[in-house]
Parts: sequence; C-alpha cells; structure tokens
Amino acid sequence: MNTIIQFASKLIKNLATNTANDIHKFHGGVHPDGHKYESTTRPIAQLPIPQTLTLPLRQHVGYIPKLKVKVGDYVLKGEMLAEAEGTVSAAIHAPTSGTITAIEEAVIPHPSGLPDMCVTLTPDGKDQWKPLTPIDWKNTAHSELISSLRTSGIVGLGGATFPTHIKLRKDRSSAIHTLIINAAECEPYITCDDMLMRERAEEIIQGIAIAQHLLGAAKVVIGIEDNKPEATQAMAGASQSLTNAVVTTVPTLYPSGDARRLIHLLLGVEVPHHKRSTEVGIQVFNVATVLAIYRYFAFGEPSVSRIVTVTGNVTTPQNFEVLLGTPIPLLMAAAGGAKPDTTHFVMGGPMMGFDLPTLNVPVTKAANCIIAASPALFAPPPPAQPCIRCTRCADACPVNLQPQELYWFAKSDNFEKARDYNLFDCIECGCCTYVCPSNIPLVQYYRYAKSEIIALDKAQEAADLARERNDFRLARIEREKLERAQKHAERAASAKNNEAKPELAETEKTTSNPDAVEAKKAAIAAAVERAKALKLAAANIDAAKTGTDLPVQAESTPDNTLPNIAEAKPDATTSATNEAQAKADKQALIAAAIERAKAQKLAAAQTGATPKNTENLSAKVKAEIDEIEAIRTKAQQMIKSKAPD
Amino acid sequence: MLLTSIYVMLGLALVLGALLGIAALLFKVEGDPVVARIDAILPQTQCGQCGYPGCKPYATAIANGEADINQCPPGGDAGVHALADLLGVEYKPLNAEHGLPKPKSVAFIDEATCIGCTLCIQACPVDAILGAAKHMHTIIASECTGCELCLAPCPVDCISMVALAETPDNWKWKYPVFPIKALPVDSGKVPS
Repeated sequence: MNTIIQFASKLIKNLATNTANDIHKFHGGVHPDGHKYESTTRPIAQLPIPQTLTLPLRQHVGYIPKLKVKVGDYVLKGEMLAEAEGTVSAAIHAPTSGTITAIEEAVIPHPSGLPDMCVTLTPDGKDQWKPLTPIDWKNTAHSELISSLRTSGIVGLGGATFPTHIKLRKDRSSAIHTLIINAAECEPYITCDDMLMRERAEEIIQGIAIAQHLLGAAKVVIGIEDNKPEATQAMAGASQSLTNAVVTTVPTLYPSGDARRLIHLLLGVEVPHHKRSTEVGIQVFNVATVLAIYRYFAFGEPSVSRIVTVTGNVTTPQNFEVLLGTPIPLLMAAAGGAKPDTTHFVMGGPMMGFDLPTLNVPVTKAANCIIAASPALFAPPPPAQPCIRCTRCADACPVNLQPQELYWFAKSDNFEKARDYNLFDCIECGCCTYVCPSNIPLVQYYRYAKSEIIALDKAQEAADLARERNDFRLARIEREKLERAQKHAERAASAKNNEAKPELAETEKTTSNPDAVEAKKAAIAAAVERAKALKLAAANIDAAKTGTDLPVQAESTPDNTLPNIAEAKPDATTSATNEAQAKADKQALIAAAIERAKAQKLAAAQTGATPKNTENLSAKVKAEIDEIEAIRTKAQQMIKSKAPD
Repeated sequence: MLLTSIYVMLGLALVLGALLGIAALLFKVEGDPVVARIDAILPQTQCGQCGYPGCKPYATAIANGEADINQCPPGGDAGVHALADLLGVEYKPLNAEHGLPKPKSVAFIDEATCIGCTLCIQACPVDAILGAAKHMHTIIASECTGCELCLAPCPVDCISMVALAETPDNWKWKYPVFPIKALPVDSGKVPS
C-alpha cells in the first residue's frame, strides 16, 4: 500500500514540475485583475523640478536619521541632509540643489495620517550635483564598500524600505550562495519595476553584478511573473553578460512577489518561519534597488529619486521618475489629473497599500504606486457578514496560517492565542480578505491585533525595567542604611579606644570616616587658638629671641604635619608648665606648622586633590583605600571605553 | 481473608504515605511564587495609589489576602481581570477611592523654575530623575513610570505631567469599525 502511495506522489510531483518548468508552487494565492496594461503603454517620464520638496525623516525601516542641516542652508543635489544613526538606518540626501526653508512637522504618507519631522527644500532650478566620486567596487575592500553604501541612502525600493547596506553585510553565520532578484511585481496596478526592466535592463544587470560581488553569491536567479514578457525578454538579453545567472518566469499568482514565496517558487526552499532567508544562504533584492546600487557605485549618485506608477482613475496612467519629496498632487496633474468621480487615493497596491490621509503628502522612498480610486474601480465592500467558517481564507493563505482562527482571536482581543497561532507570520497580503464570502476585512483585524500585541510587549518591557530599577533603588537604600549603622558602630568603638590609647585612635580616626576628620579639624582649631594665646604671652616676655630663631627651625620641620601635631600637642600642654623660654620656642614652632598645614590643605582643596595620609595606617584602612582606588580606576576605564561611541 | 486485606491496605497506606512525604521534601517550592506572579501582572509604576509603598508590597498584600485586587488604577480594568483570572476570584470594577486610570504620561521639569533641591530625586521610585544639588534636574523620559510621586515634594511646583502624544512610531491600527450610514429616504418602499 505504502509503495503505491509513494509511487503516486512521485508521479504527481514529476507531473507538477514538468508542467510548471521547475517552479515550486506555494500554497494558496489569488488571481486579482492585473490592471497593468493601462500604465505600460507610455514610457517612463521625467517630472520637472517642483516648487518645493518635502522630505520626511521617516522614510525607511529603523531609526530616524540625524539631521545635518539647518534652516537657511544652501545644499547641492546629492548632499546629505541627514545621516544614518544606529545600525538599521539610512541617510537622506537633497534631491536637487536649493535652500532649506523649513524643518518642521508635516503630514507624511503613513496610514496614521499623523505629522512627522520633515525637511523642506526650495529648489533653485539649477539642479547642480555635488562633486560625485564613482567607486571602483572591483578593487575596494568589502567593509569599505558597505560603509560607503551606508551613506548612500539606498533602501529596498520594492516597498519594504529596509536599509540596503545591512542586507549586503558579510558578517553572517552562513554564506550567501544564491542571490534572487525580485522582479515579480505581483500586485495589481503597479508597473514601475516592469517599465524599469524594459527601459534599463543593462543598468539593472550591472547592479546585479555588484550585488553578486558584494555577497559572494555563486548563483543569481531573476524571478519575473509571466505577465511581463517584454521585461523578461529585455532581462534575458542583458543577463548574457552575467556568469551563472538565469531569468525564470513564474506563473502570475498573487503574492509571488513576497520574498519567501519567491524563494519557494524559484528554489523550492521553505525558509523556516523564525529564520531569515540569509540563514539558509539566500538574499533577495528588488530590481529598482540593484539599479540604485549601480548608480551609486558607477556614478556616485545617492538615492534622490525613484520610479512611481500613477494609475487608476486618472486620464493618462503612466510611470514617472520623480525626485523624492515631490508633492503627490503634481504627480497626479502630470498623469492628466484624477477624474471627477475619484473618491480617495491609495499608496502602494490595492491589496497591501493604504489610503492616503490627504493627497498633500510627498513622494517617499516607499512610494512605488499612487492609485486614484473610484467606486467603479474599487467598489466599496458590502457590509461584513458573520464568519461562516468556510475556511476559504485558509485555502488562500500563502503562509499556511489559519486566518479564520486568527480572526476570532483578534476580534475577541485574545492576543496570546493569536500569537500562538503565529499571527506575526502573517504578511498582510490580503488574500484572505479577497476571498472571504462574508466580506470580512480580515487583514484589518490582524493589523489591529499586531499593533496591540506590539504595544503590550513594549509596556511589559517598560514594566520590567521599572521593576528592576525599583528593586535596585530599594537595595541601594538598604545598603546605605547598613553602611551608616556600621560607621556609627565603628565610631563608637573608636571613641572607646580613644580613651585608652589616644594617639593610635587619632590616626585611625582621621582616615576611617569623615566625622573623625571633622573632629580632628575642630581639635586643630582649638589648638590654634591655644597656641595663639601662648604665643602672645611669650612675645611679651622675649620678643627679640623668638623673632630670630623661628624661621630656621620652622624650615627644618618635616612635611608630614598631621602626625607632628598629634605628637606635639601633648608636649605643648606639658611644656606650658615648664620654663618660659622653651615653652615659647615650642609654641611658635607648632603655630608655624599649623599655618603651613592650613596652607597645604587650602592648596589641596583648590586643586581638587584629596589629602593622602598613606602612612601610619592600619591594614583595614589601607584595604578600604585600595578598594576605593580600584572602583575609581574602573569607572575611568568605563568612561574611556564608552567615549568612542 | 479479612485480616489479609486490612494488612494489604495498611501496607499500601504506609508506602504511599512515605512516598508523599519524600516527594514533599524533594520538590519543596522555595519562596512564594504567588507574589511573584501577581507582581508580574502589576504595571510597576510604583505609584503607591493602592495604599502600599510599591507594586511588590501590594502584591504581597494581595497574596496574604489583606488587599483587594481592584486597587491599582494604572493597571486598569485589564489588570483587574488578569488578577481575577490568576487568583480564581470574582472580577470587581476598579475601586474609585484609589483613583481612576489616566492616559500614560511622563513627568516634565520646567528647567527655568527648578532650583536644584534634589527633593524629587529622593522621591522618584525608579531613579528616573537626573541632577545634583543646586544643579538643574531633568527627567529620563524613557524610564519615567508616570507615578506622580515627584509632584508633591517639589517646593517650587516646577514639575508637570505631560501625556504622551501619538506619533507614527507608537500609532496603533484601530479596531475595525463600520460606520452606520443613513440611506436616502425612499417613501415608495416600506421595509418589510
């Protein structure tokens, strides 16, 4: 029985591969109307330089770049306006020469419709490039090329806008063996990649050669959907110059342009859901992205423009090469203007795109297509009916998820369960919504659940951080309390010792705690007062003799003054009862020593140096000082190691 | 026969009892895991609105049955539900005596007014205020829990709470809602 089943499955497999020309079909997918013809009848047109350009800082996935210009600056075309900050980030460049007239918040093309930081550039019309330096990529070190690419501002132009320099890094665990060029362009209406391939196949192939060199990929597969025969022909012709590259047509089936679906189609490899394609040695680039790489290395041009399809309910649908930051109304006007029955505008394709909050937004690196929508083209969906559990969505899901289950969980805010059912593997392609007989906007539910889960995760992270910091604070307060108690105990003990052995206790006290130092200071002050009084008395008796003797004797006293005082003090009090001459000499000596000690202390305080009484210390005190010194050097090392960042 | 069965049952009881005793010693649980699990649900604002000096003390009080589960306004309704689920008790609406939930906000120090007294630094439960005596203080916004404990000690009232604005970064997709539209009135037809 088993052998029969195996034989049958082998037969079916063979049949499948034979008919589909080595294409490994993925599960699900849908066939929406292409609507590609409308915008492919005219060549790519250049748009004149507009009056103003608005460049949002948020144009790519990752960190917001750091501004490098200010209002009033004059910039040349291609000059950097903001530089990449953090690992996943990309630079932004001036699309033409002109003056920065504003840096302020403006509405960006984002589904939220919220304003964000934008740089406004008023062009001077000269369109003057900054001095450009091509890069000899064949004879330059890989790391140098990558860091150079980091300043190019190139991101994935298929719509994902992931910074390209990160995808070309070589520090991955497994080496890339296959480079896939994504030219499937499966979404309806969008034709920017199609037109690019028809008109600039040679440049794309040059770009592929650079990407192949950077990745060290042995094989290149260019995947194009079979609804683009002209593009396929152009690419096949141009790719002759590449070694080990094939152009493969894939059947038209949405969403074959998704990176993982395309990998499966072309190579039959299913990338595990928790891994990246690079972990199985495959990297995918969009055609427009490799073209941008070519322009950067061959001419030094950073990312300042892109091809945008303007289609839908417009008079003359067409592709335009536009400067980033161009206002979209200009683009619409260039395509003959939106017809009167236009209700709204969609950025991206009809399956995965989003409704623009307003038409007055600029073109960004993500803007591959602008569609004018009308009720005739996109009929408003009929009211959603209850889910009947027909599982047509599961049949259509290209990621093999259970959309109907995810829908239940998202609808009832059962987020943990949704996560368990791999909600985050959903690519939001919209196939489930497309096939749903109850017209349920399934993808909207998934997007809602995803953003709620992300927000909850962030809140949990913040709570964990707060808990950690609170625990640390409580521990610190407890520790400080203990330390204080210990000090008090030590002081009490040393005070007891002081009564028994005054001299030993004195030296211990000065170094062991600050209170002892205070006590010492008070003692010194009292000693000074006493000395002054005695000195005055002595001066009355024999002024001349002390006047000549003092300086010589003071000069000969050792530098280390504090122990001297401690020793001298008992002497001073005992000598007071002795003969007047000896007493006067000694008192004057002490007074001079105290004056010097004071001066030294003052000087030390001014320079910021701490007094170092490193002699006559007990082992315990020395250990304490060593410990403090160790902490100090460690802190300095930490500061040094952090400084380059 | 009767005696044999009694002996067998007695023997079994002894053996099983000994086994249970050993197991209780071997698999003894250290600490009180319930407190940690309650603490994990609490939002860690450390604001003290519940009447306890922090989230951990409140968690301990709940575990000991001294406090109710509806005393944490920052945790909101979802927090009460989670606590009720964990402890197997009935859900209760938030106790308004302890305050009402507010939108997430962070403290903000007016730098022109700050006199550098360090009182707020001592009050902050998560060390989110940076500054030194007679130097201007500032809030580390990413670490501020919005507990408002720094507001009261400030002698010059230079601290205010600022609600976090919605940006494209923290913006969330909304729950799908379908607007109800008024259909044009058609007097000829009467809905059946």
